[in-house]
Amino acid sequence: MDSLLSLLEFALARQEQVLEALAQHAGYVVSVLVTAGVFAIVTGIVTRRNQLARELALSIASVFLTIPSLALFVIFIPLVGLGFAPSFIALFLYSLLPILRNTITGLDGIDPGVLESAKGMGLSPLQVLLRVELPLAWPVILAGIRVSSMLIVGIAAIATLVAGGGLGDFIKSGLARLPLPNSLEAIWLGTILCLLLALVIDLILQAARLATISKGIR
Amino acid sequence: MSEPLIRLESVSKSYGSGAEPAVKKLTLEVEKGEVLVLVGPSGCGKSTTLRLINRLIEPTSGKIFLNGEDVTDVDPSELRRKIGYVIQQVGLFPHRTIAENIATVPKLLGWDKDKIESRIDEMLELVSMDPETYRDRYPKELSGGQAQRVGVARALAADPDVLLMDEPFGAIDPITRDRLQNEFLRLQQELKKTIVFVTHDIDEAIKMGNRIAILREGSEIAQLDTPEAILSHPADEFVESFLGSGAILKGLTLKKVRDIDLHQVPTLTAPVARDQALQALQESPDQVAVLLDDKEQPTRWIDEKALNRTSQPIEKSGRPVTVNLQPEDTLQDALTTMLQSSVGMAVVTDRKGKYLGCCTIESLAKLIMSEG
Repeated sequence: MDSLLSLLEFALARQEQVLEALAQHAGYVVSVLVTAGVFAIVTGIVTRRNQLARELALSIASVFLTIPSLALFVIFIPLVGLGFAPSFIALFLYSLLPILRNTITGLDGIDPGVLESAKGMGLSPLQVLLRVELPLAWPVILAGIRVSSMLIVGIAAIATLVAGGGLGDFIKSGLARLPLPNSLEAIWLGTILCLLLALVIDLILQAARLATISKGIR
Repeated sequence: MSEPLIRLESVSKSYGSGAEPAVKKLTLEVEKGEVLVLVGPSGCGKSTTLRLINRLIEPTSGKIFLNGEDVTDVDPSELRRKIGYVIQQVGLFPHRTIAENIATVPKLLGWDKDKIESRIDEMLELVSMDPETYRDRYPKELSGGQAQRVGVARALAADPDVLLMDEPFGAIDPITRDRLQNEFLRLQQELKKTIVFVTHDIDEAIKMGNRIAILREGSEIAQLDTPEAILSHPADEFVESFLGSGAILKGLTLKKVRDIDLHQVPTLTAPVARDQALQALQESPDQVAVLLDDKEQPTRWIDEKALNRTSQPIEKSGRPVTVNLQPEDTLQDALTTMLQSSVGMAVVTDRKGKYLGCCTIESLAKLIMSEG
């Protein structure tokens, strides 16, 4: 109870700092999800019919995920400097695989009879994609986006090491000052806010799911 | 004869250079308003042939004309909007309501909203589905038979002249299939569409087709003729073996009860006295009489035994007439009804249930024999 109180005290004393870090962290999640989402979905659509291209795309996206996260944040510094840019690039690369894989899986899983009848009725290839394939693959794609969003919330805490800000700031400063007063509070604050942010984002995506997926395929 | 609506001119389709072509130099004409059935063993290229017509598959060589126009000159999507397409898997869009599914092609063609709305209801009624109930449902809420009804409604929504059907009733249980086939025949009598119908089921081909093309490997036509002609004069051994045994039985679906000379048994109109009934039975060569009610609708079979056995009023003796045939029913229906009937014959009534006469095994046999 004591520690909870001191944590609250710690946070209230630094309201502005907390809000800024939270905004930065959320900013990473939103900007990365949007760009990586579009990029991965388009890549999935473009490569899925060509066996070689899709395997290549999936392999490359998997490689990004296996590079130690610490390294991935650092290796872009020589190219783009410190701050938002290297963090954004690292998170972008990290979040590709779940969305890309789910896009391909979702599109592959569509009943061939539905596509046959769509073509047979005279939908152009673009109409088939936009009106039939994407809406039907969307639940699977969205599931991939959710996985990616969770990944990003966690890993974005590393941005602090390349001066990218975010909730990692608290964790890092706490770690550096351990075992001085308020060091544990800082670590806890960063961690708990990450969890809460993840929860909120998941709720938003869940709402998006209900709003964007037809009742016929829920 | 006028220009055929669909004409295939020495059309071939091969996949890869070494393989045998799936369709080999096929020439075929489909007349306006007819149902042409393509039937053959699986892998004979009948579906490929169908899909060549709406260019879901492009021919390797040869030409295909629709209404005298070379289909390869038209944009394939535009072409397909003018051709209804029904497939075995149905392929309704699961994320769209029934109404939205039916509206697909009219929307592509840019019909205005009111016209589309009224067309949706009209189409649902056409396939015997209540618009109120089904408009806003999703495909997952339909049974297989209902889904295919919607499939047909969707294919007909933009009123295409041509309908291509690829084993449309192949995945449906036999009882529902029979009902859908009958309904489809009734629809076709009204709509007079030009239909190319693919099936591997010879019985279905005989039932549905005005003409049947029996295909062998490479979509080569083994015989192209009316069902009657194919049944009575199969062109070669392949056709004969494909028809299978019991060609006469299959032919029963082609003839209607109205072709039979009905047999007249004594009729009694209730209320009738017992001795009067006995007398009528004794004067007739038949063992049985039909009891009619005041609307001339047959109610019971009466025979001497039934009259003697019971002291009950005559309206309650004998056995009830359970199934009536109507002139539009097929001889196959007639045979089934007779075999199930307790007296070995079946009552024929008009559409309102008024008694016309009886159908017996002898009269059926006479009709079949006269075909020679």
